[in-house]
Amino acid sequence: MAAITLKDIVKQYGDGFLAVKGVSLDIADGEFVILVGPSGCGKSTLLRMIVGLEDITAGELTIGGTRVNDKAPRDRKLAMVFQNYALYPHLTVFENIAFPLRLQKGQFTEAQIREKVEHAAKTLELQDHLDRKPANLSGGQRQRVAMGRAIVRDAEAFLFDEPLSNLDAKLRGQMRTEIARMQRRLGTTTVYVTHDQTEAMTLGDRVAVLRKGELQQVASPRGLYEQPVNLFVAGFIGSPPMNFLPGEVDGSTMHLPFADVPISADLASKLGGKDLVIVGIRPEHFEDVNLLEESKVSSGVTFTAPVDVSEWLGSELYAYIPFETNPNVAQTLEELDRDLDGEGLRTQLIVTLGSETKVRDGDDANLWFDPARMMVFDPETGENLTWDADAAKTIDQENEADRKASLERAQARERANA
Amino acid sequence: MKQLSGRAKVAWALITIFVLAYALFPIVSIFATSFKLPSQLNLGLFWPKTWSTVNYEEILAPDGSAQTLFLSSLRNSIGICLIATGIAVVLATLAAYAIARLDFPGKRLVLLTALGVSIFPVISIVTPLFNLWRNIGLYDTWLGLIIPYLSLTLPISIWTLAAFFRQIPWELEQAAQVDGATTWQAFRKAIVPLAAPGVFTTALIAFFIAWNDFVYGISLTSTDRARPVPAALAFFTGASQFEEPTGSISAAAIIVTIPVVILVLLFQRQIVSGLTQGAVKG
Amino acid sequence: MTTVADKRPDLRDAAAKAGRSDRARSEARLGWLLAGPAFVVMLAVTLYPILQAFYDSLFHFRLTAPDDKGWAGLSNYAVVLSDPLFWQALGVTVFITVVTVVVELLLGFALALVMHRAITQLRGLLRTAILVPYGIITVVSAFAWFYAFDINSGYINHWFSWVPGISTDLNWFAQQGTSLFVIIMSEIWKTTPFISLLLLAGLSQVPTELEEAAEVDGATWWQRLTRVVLPNMKAAIMVAVLFRALDAFRIFDNVFIMTNGANGTEVLSLLAYRTSIGRLEIGLGSAISVLLFLCVIGICWVAVKLFKVDLAGGARGAS
Repeated sequence: MAAITLKDIVKQYGDGFLAVKGVSLDIADGEFVILVGPSGCGKSTLLRMIVGLEDITAGELTIGGTRVNDKAPRDRKLAMVFQNYALYPHLTVFENIAFPLRLQKGQFTEAQIREKVEHAAKTLELQDHLDRKPANLSGGQRQRVAMGRAIVRDAEAFLFDEPLSNLDAKLRGQMRTEIARMQRRLGTTTVYVTHDQTEAMTLGDRVAVLRKGELQQVASPRGLYEQPVNLFVAGFIGSPPMNFLPGEVDGSTMHLPFADVPISADLASKLGGKDLVIVGIRPEHFEDVNLLEESKVSSGVTFTAPVDVSEWLGSELYAYIPFETNPNVAQTLEELDRDLDGEGLRTQLIVTLGSETKVRDGDDANLWFDPARMMVFDPETGENLTWDADAAKTIDQENEADRKASLERAQARERANA
Repeated sequence: MKQLSGRAKVAWALITIFVLAYALFPIVSIFATSFKLPSQLNLGLFWPKTWSTVNYEEILAPDGSAQTLFLSSLRNSIGICLIATGIAVVLATLAAYAIARLDFPGKRLVLLTALGVSIFPVISIVTPLFNLWRNIGLYDTWLGLIIPYLSLTLPISIWTLAAFFRQIPWELEQAAQVDGATTWQAFRKAIVPLAAPGVFTTALIAFFIAWNDFVYGISLTSTDRARPVPAALAFFTGASQFEEPTGSISAAAIIVTIPVVILVLLFQRQIVSGLTQGAVKG
Repeated sequence: MTTVADKRPDLRDAAAKAGRSDRARSEARLGWLLAGPAFVVMLAVTLYPILQAFYDSLFHFRLTAPDDKGWAGLSNYAVVLSDPLFWQALGVTVFITVVTVVVELLLGFALALVMHRAITQLRGLLRTAILVPYGIITVVSAFAWFYAFDINSGYINHWFSWVPGISTDLNWFAQQGTSLFVIIMSEIWKTTPFISLLLLAGLSQVPTELEEAAEVDGATWWQRLTRVVLPNMKAAIMVAVLFRALDAFRIFDNVFIMTNGANGTEVLSLLAYRTSIGRLEIGLGSAISVLLFLCVIGICWVAVKLFKVDLAGGARGAS
């Protein structure tokens, strides 16, 4: 097990295309780091450079303190789970898992190989399938065989390249927890590439958000959610995604499409005299006024808006409210939408309400939100003007402490069981 | 699969019988002829009146009238076709690997050339080769047939193998490297086992095509030295001057057909996939 | 497992953008190093001979009198093209090509449908049976048919003597019509398997959902075949027809064995063979060879230009 350090890593292809534009990232020993971003952001290229399947154009990559830029994949002692699992179709499950061991000639006796493979198979509940060929396995079983091959190697680190994208939704959830459990127990440094923000939020100790080959922000999932540094991260993290509204500054009032918000002194200083900003409010930060305690209503802003479509999900309700955006911010938001793999559909406000709400299609809903949870972005640079460095630091420190504690608990349990 | 109704069962039985009759009738016909006594050839019967192996003795027994002609042609055919197939498969494997795996300008040109060569009229090649071979001493030699046979075996090998190789999950090679394999180990342990069936099938198809050749065989040989079986069949003579060689030709035909039928029985699945892959994409 | 066609656009884009670098140059070098030998051999065994044939066709040149070699210009072509024998051979060749391709297309499609629809237990048996004619040497098949119809050793006359026009003393190989009938029969028997395998591959590429959708929409079996299945396998049909047409145009083996071109059954390949190899008239024979080659080119041109057969579909997919 080892720490991985990326320093100003650059990937430039022959025709000058820059796939990765100087990424620096410290991955601590035993840490679970997610590389996330929409397609084309360079996350897979980055992973393949770590494992050695792509040459590094510039920068320095160290694993366990040793520079490995020029080492062949086999000498980096990493294990990788590929998107399509890359199982050898001509070998049985047993031989697939044993494959890395057999390559190290003379290192292991037949009995040792058998023991290691069977141990891995037991961990992954594959004991009954050891004699079968990959073609006869289900998607989830193939996925577990691929993980088995990674486990037996005693690798310095595990690398996952979108390992769950070929599974259906239910299995994806199960395998997600399985991967988390395995990583906690083994305590192996793990780098995991995905485009799915749910996987990123649930699995990672820290999440690195990439956009067009550039690192946007590295933080704990909570840090990304509460203190995103820019529009891109704010829009990428969270589901349903954050609402972006044009905010026109008029003295001490900010005009939003449905409501007017008083500008506090603190906010005014952060605005720096801009008269048009982009305001971000997460759907879950809206409430139905009719369900809110009287005392709380006055602490926020209330407004009325026509609900176009509502979706009742049992635990909550999504209400969609179309609006016309300000043409001066439309271009920034369209570009953001494209970066986030969006389809450029109508601009609408999404609000998440408690499931007991009476709001239905066509209603004029009475809604409420707390302006303190509002984020304000610079329409030119996309920078989060309300970003709070101290708060972000605190969140990450707490997260780091939580991680260490849970890792220790998992390892203690493992020792107790062994 | 749906449960078949009684009528469907009868229909399928009839269809199967019809297809089998279609496919096997001429084979059975020449098989029956090969066991007829020369004196009973003209009775107008399908099956022999008396079953006799005299025709097989003519071509196999040491004192048979066509024994030298047949056995030497058999040796020539096997040797020449194996070598032509071997060379074609080696060259085609390299080329198909490059086509499936690498990106290089002219890839399309190689494939289109293979396509062009495979539709080339053989007879257009034979006339100049006939003249050239006589001048440089390749006429009536093994090499003199192996070279033109490449024009038959190489294009189809390239197309078939390129199609096979395109379906190999090459990612496995990288996976093996991450698992700790050297480049060579990755190729040998992950790729070769997957590529081998395709190469084998291609060799089989190429061999069939070379084995079938007639035009080169009769044009570029004149004696036992290099004449292959199909050409030799056309030069069989009867036991005596007044006797038609019908019986011995039929017996020889059956002998060279048996291996084909066995190979087809064993490898029908592979042959079908090989033929359709190479051809449909072409 | 599916093939590893990369579903991640970022990687694929990156790979596509990787042209022209050092790595790409060395990849190109390696590509030609590997594909080069096969390419050179293919050119050497076809391009060189056809150029030589073209060159030879411009001379008066017969091997029986090699010293009389002299410039002929295009006069060899004039001789060939003014010879009624050439036009007859061309006519017979075209006739055989058209008849065999049409019959094989229908029969081959029927066989393909049978193999496609057959229950699993029968499929292997049917495919094996259909592959047998493909594997048989053409000459062997020619002999089999020849002996079955032959007036002396045959039994067909006895079996079918009840058919008007067939009697025990009918010599099938004594006149053009009946000779061609047997020749075409043997050609069809031998090569239909190939066309039916191509059509089978085309059939299996038509998604089952399409047929099911048509069934739901109320199409009969015949309508599903003609309006859904056939239009969707047009490409496969065209390729199969073109390949078979080019192959049938080169017909040689069966004619050589059965009639050797007698009684008006001469075909172009046989004419070329007998002129250059038989009579050693290299100049004239080369001219016929070149004309045959031009005919093949012509058929390809018509197919590609007029019928839009996408011969290089595979090649494009590869690049």
